[in-house]
Amino acid sequence: MREIIWAELTQATQEIVREFAHLLPRLIVMLIIAFAGWVIAYLLKWILRSVLRLAKFDRLSENSGASQLLNRADLPPSTELLSRFVFWVAWLGFILIGISVLGIGGLQQHIARFFLFLPRLFVAMFTIFFGLLAASFFSRAALLAAVNANLPSSRLLSVSIRTMITIFVVSMVFEELGLAEQTTRLAFGIAFGALMLGFAIAFGLGGRGLARQFLERRFVREKKSEKEDEPSPL
Amino acid sequence: MAEESVLTDDFIRQLMNVGEVDILVGLATDNNAGTVGPILRTIQAGILKSFPRERAVIINADGGSRDGTPELVTGASVDDVRRAYSGQTLRTLHSVSTRYAASPSSEAALRTILAAAELLRAKACAVISPESTNIEPEWISRLLRPVYHENFDLVTPIYRRHKFEGLLMRNLLYPMTRAVYGRRLREPYASEFGFSGRLGNDFLARDIWEHDGARLGREMELVISAITGNYRICQTFLGTKERVERRGADLVPAMRQTVAVLFSAMDTTFSFWSNTHGSQAIPTTGPESDVALEHLRINRKRLKQMFSDGVAELEPVFESILSASTLSALQHIASLGEEEFRYPAELWSRTVYEFAASYHKSVISRDHIIQALAPLYRGRIFTFLVENRSGSAEDVESNIENLCCEFERSKPYLLELCSGGK
Repeated sequence: MREIIWAELTQATQEIVREFAHLLPRLIVMLIIAFAGWVIAYLLKWILRSVLRLAKFDRLSENSGASQLLNRADLPPSTELLSRFVFWVAWLGFILIGISVLGIGGLQQHIARFFLFLPRLFVAMFTIFFGLLAASFFSRAALLAAVNANLPSSRLLSVSIRTMITIFVVSMVFEELGLAEQTTRLAFGIAFGALMLGFAIAFGLGGRGLARQFLERRFVREKKSEKEDEPSPL
Repeated sequence: MAEESVLTDDFIRQLMNVGEVDILVGLATDNNAGTVGPILRTIQAGILKSFPRERAVIINADGGSRDGTPELVTGASVDDVRRAYSGQTLRTLHSVSTRYAASPSSEAALRTILAAAELLRAKACAVISPESTNIEPEWISRLLRPVYHENFDLVTPIYRRHKFEGLLMRNLLYPMTRAVYGRRLREPYASEFGFSGRLGNDFLARDIWEHDGARLGREMELVISAITGNYRICQTFLGTKERVERRGADLVPAMRQTVAVLFSAMDTTFSFWSNTHGSQAIPTTGPESDVALEHLRINRKRLKQMFSDGVAELEPVFESILSASTLSALQHIASLGEEEFRYPAELWSRTVYEFAASYHKSVISRDHIIQALAPLYRGRIFTFLVENRSGSAEDVESNIENLCCEFERSKPYLLELCSGGK
């Protein structure tokens, strides 16, 4: 009995040792890939941070309103956040390549899916950044034009434009990431349609006077009272 | 001759028929059939009267008029005018018209005139506005004589204006140009001016035309490049500036073609203006200012309301442009009633300098910075109107001088802002 147990134990130990001996070089390769990946990811982070600082990316992000969002969420500035993101994505990518070297069954598919998802993640990030930039630019342009045209509720107009563009951008991002596509599409349709209907009703019924005033200003350019209200600038 | 490519083959042929000239007068038109006839006759009279022995040409750069303006220019006979000056004229006076584009562009018009002047080797040139219906023949002499006979390179006009006309010029362009570039130039943006062939050629040779995109206000750039290039500049009194129809909507386009150019030029001329201190007078023919005082109806209440609304509504925009102390001072005065409201010269100069520095650093879209200045300018002119409501011409002049001194006093602040601080 003792011999059988001993023989089994010896066989099991030998198998473990054999398996380990078989795995050890792969493990070492994985660690080397992970370490090399860390170095490369760190370098990428450093290069990206320098390039973004040189390109004054933080100012662009401030203009787009992204910095304010990050501040509110207690997150680091956009340059730092983006370089950290690239670092982690690059390093994670290398770690996954390393893990794939181990040859563990079932993991390969997940790793492949991760790499296929990366381009969509980057596209989503670009979409949200430039979407916020566009929302900020157009809402500010509308605000300035409305203030200089002496239109009432300029801020409301500006906020509405920002909201509409943001809704549009967020729905695009969700669709790109493949998250709850149907729900997002439906929610976007309802929200956008409701907003437009609301505007149409408000402008058509509630703001008839405003609409007339706006159209008169836009098309009846020769109103005497307007000509005489300001001294000539030049 | 590098600028020949700007000109059409037909136009070049017409210019070659003219040959070299001494005097060139440029007239940039765009559907000005109603006014161009009398203006052209006055220009012809001015040339025949003051430059009877010189070779002269009138160049009409048209921006695609559909009302027959170019035909009026080319078909205008000089004989009637010549009869009035018989015995004095020895040379042929040519009128050449070209359509530089299908749509109007002040930049393309000026470039066409400069290119024609270069091709014809004109010694003295003048640009006349097609809207100056009260032009007199003497204007031609006053704009061209200093260039042709006294070797000046740029002649800018001084007009007789109503005390409440040209307020952007009086409250921003003149004081700031004077403080920044150190020259007391009354009309840094002029619709009529004279220039030498040398200045015109040098300005035409700059690489701004191809690489800078289509821009408004090249006339002002010409003036600034004459100042920074140390060309000889003088001013001449022309007469009454034709009063134009006033509309609130005209302000932002006017600011784009003047204030934006002034702010933008500060980028490329930093080494010049950062080493310029104080200001010096410019040789002037005639009075340095002439102010009309008759009653003018202006809606002051609306100006104040647009200022207060602008300060309230544009707060998030101003936070990117102005310092906290300036914004808080503006919010304070915006809350005051019409009687107590006053936008002092010191606060106005600080506001303008902070806008200029923000434009220099492009903290937000540069065009948005210019648009954001419009409501604040309205607040300033409200104060100007109140301060000078019952003022004499001397009082108005004294107030403008005080404002200029304030701009000059605050210039170190502008330097500090543009050198990095906020």
